Amino acid sequence: MRTVAIVGVGYSGFRSITPDLSYKELMYEAAAKAYEDAGVDPQRDIESFVSVAEDFNEGTSIFDEYVPDQIGGALKPVHTICGDGIHGLIAAHMQVLTGAMDIVMVEAHSKASNILTLTDVIAYAMEPIYNRPLGANPLFIGGMEMNRYLYTTDTSEVQCAQVVVKNRGNGFLNPSAAYGARIDVDTVLESDVVSYPLKQLEISSHADGAIVMVLASGEVARELTGLPLWIRGVGWSNETPSLETRDWEGATYARMSAQMAYRTAGIRNPWQEIDFAEIDDTFAYKELQHMEALGLCRDGEAGYLVEEGVTELDGEFPVNPSGGSLGLGHLLDAAGLGRVLEVVLQLRGEAGERQLEDVETGLAFGWRGIPTTSGAAVVLGV
Amino acid sequence: MGMRKVAVVGAGMTKFMRRAQETGRELAYQASKMALDSCEMTLEDIDSVALGTAPDAFDGLHMKGEYLSDGAGAWNKPYMRCYVGGGTGVFAAIQGWYHVASGLFDTCLVVCEEKMSSCKPHPQGAFLTIFDHTTERPLKPNLVWIFALEMNRYMTVHGLEKKDIARVAVKNKRNALDHPCAQLAADITVEDVLNSEVLAWPVQRLDISPTSDGAAAMVLAAEHVAKRITDKPVWIKGVGWSLDTAYWTNRDLYYPKYVESAARMAYDMAGIREPRKEIHVVEPYDPFDYKELHHLEGLLLCEKGEAPRLTADGVTARDGDMPVCPSGGLLGVGNPIAASGVMKLNEIFWQLRGEAGKRQVPGQPRTGLAQSWGDLMQVGCVVVLGV
Repeated sequence: MRTVAIVGVGYSGFRSITPDLSYKELMYEAAAKAYEDAGVDPQRDIESFVSVAEDFNEGTSIFDEYVPDQIGGALKPVHTICGDGIHGLIAAHMQVLTGAMDIVMVEAHSKASNILTLTDVIAYAMEPIYNRPLGANPLFIGGMEMNRYLYTTDTSEVQCAQVVVKNRGNGFLNPSAAYGARIDVDTVLESDVVSYPLKQLEISSHADGAIVMVLASGEVARELTGLPLWIRGVGWSNETPSLETRDWEGATYARMSAQMAYRTAGIRNPWQEIDFAEIDDTFAYKELQHMEALGLCRDGEAGYLVEEGVTELDGEFPVNPSGGSLGLGHLLDAAGLGRVLEVVLQLRGEAGERQLEDVETGLAFGWRGIPTTSGAAVVLGV
Repeated sequence: MGMRKVAVVGAGMTKFMRRAQETGRELAYQASKMALDSCEMTLEDIDSVALGTAPDAFDGLHMKGEYLSDGAGAWNKPYMRCYVGGGTGVFAAIQGWYHVASGLFDTCLVVCEEKMSSCKPHPQGAFLTIFDHTTERPLKPNLVWIFALEMNRYMTVHGLEKKDIARVAVKNKRNALDHPCAQLAADITVEDVLNSEVLAWPVQRLDISPTSDGAAAMVLAAEHVAKRITDKPVWIKGVGWSLDTAYWTNRDLYYPKYVESAARMAYDMAGIREPRKEIHVVEPYDPFDYKELHHLEGLLLCEKGEAPRLTADGVTARDGDMPVCPSGGLLGVGNPIAASGVMKLNEIFWQLRGEAGKRQVPGQPRTGLAQSWGDLMQVGCVVVLGV
């Protein structure tokens, strides 16, 4: 099989609001930076373009219409993936693997601040016949799942709150993060309960921004850059969107995504062979649940690892050094690509104040948010 | 390095109809089940699922791909939804192709579903939201208007009359009489088309495909698996796609350059130098009768402006020299947007295997092509199949 590397990244953001920039300008800035970084000209060199978007988040039907111009893709192969940013990255990866393409780009963005009624938009993702008529705020799914997670794993609310403290603290060191802050556990625990036991500060706030990455096949990648970051493994999986029949405990989608990613990467012991991870933390408990499902620790162990500081920047296995979605801001469809971006910056040694030492292999995992059971993982290495 | 060969080994589809009783999930299930049954496979044999479905606004469902996943057989499987508006159907097959050609999977189930009837009172309401929010939406455009502009431009540049175009509707609706899934099969005349209600000149009611509910699916497999499953694999020889600028008002609409660009990519991959000679049966996208002509020219299957004459001469009839839309196309079978693209691929699959029954074109075709189109007259997707 061919090898594929990330040879260029560019991003714009991340800020809680961007009244000065349209989504097209965010995309243009990210794309221009990524092409500069990779040393490629989009019309001349890039053979396929993948954008990641959902119509309702954009407020435009058939949103892929409005993609090609600002990324230099007009009259070229361009298509959209309705998924997480990591699904888009994998779509680009697969195209290079076929041998038909050598250079492919992926783009994802968020203009969440344009959405006046985000909760109502999410409610439109609910199953329309049995679930939507209940009229519940869809965040109840997060509350129910968190409750189940705490009950089955003996994880404490304090441990969940510690995830928030850690990630927003990491975000404080990240100049791109929209929600970096030094807060303490009590502040988190005392914040309003949104859907018991899920609290306001445990829910990531949304941010605007765009991320673009350029992928290239082995030899081309080596020509383009002295530091290609190899895509060692990919995996993605979908359990079931049905609230009635899904697994409420174990984040099966994450478990299966990881199994495939580790299999394709040839990883047997992720804790030993991976140096750090960027993991979806849309809700604080999700970081813990996902760590366990991704096989980074045993079930019920993640809370203790956080409590003991193992996942801090200077810990044995740092998790979300970027600040995660809690610190960086949740980037809607680009959230997973935000996780990948930090893995790239860390492996390149470009992570500034939050730079980890001696890291060679990193894992990124994205989840599509409620009410989905859809996740995607990628393992990158130098 | 040689590319991995990918075959189509199974195909299925639901009936296309104005309003299905089934939910989108159930439609997706029916088409998937039929495709799997057709090659005696089960979900256990499927490594990955590629889904296509067009605007979420039809169903009023955010993240529609997630909702459809269990219907499409994606439970606990790698599952991804692609999207290029009206071009989604044929693109979904391209997505399935790169799943298998990448070497990550040996099999991929490609499923496309559309349920337009949920949109009340008519899907045109949803189509209002496809336009640019600043420059176009305030004008409250109807989708038919922009196609009327394009059709008018095509007729003007080539000096065509309405009857030159209406022949396509007559041919396709008649072909559809032999398709068991068809929604609008009919034996009509050119006069019927010319006398039908004018919607936005020059577009008349019988120039347009209907809104439909339906689903279609196909099973793709890598070479070593395909040979185990069937002794009649149909190979994906070439794929191509191209998306032109969103600023459609800046383009000359008389010719679909993006279709040519996609076709050239697919022909390169398939090693086709003279498409008119090497392609034996064609399913171009025909949501409007003029689009079939437009696309035949974009696909380099005839000269610019020549397609109406080929139609008049019977070259594109089912028993003609180059059969076009032997299925009945979207004009006859129906147009559940994404599903209609896979319907076209399925037709080529059945034609190349000699399994198209009453629709079978003569001469044992060995190479066929399906094409879809969409967005703001902007995207072309092409798949070349061969035995």
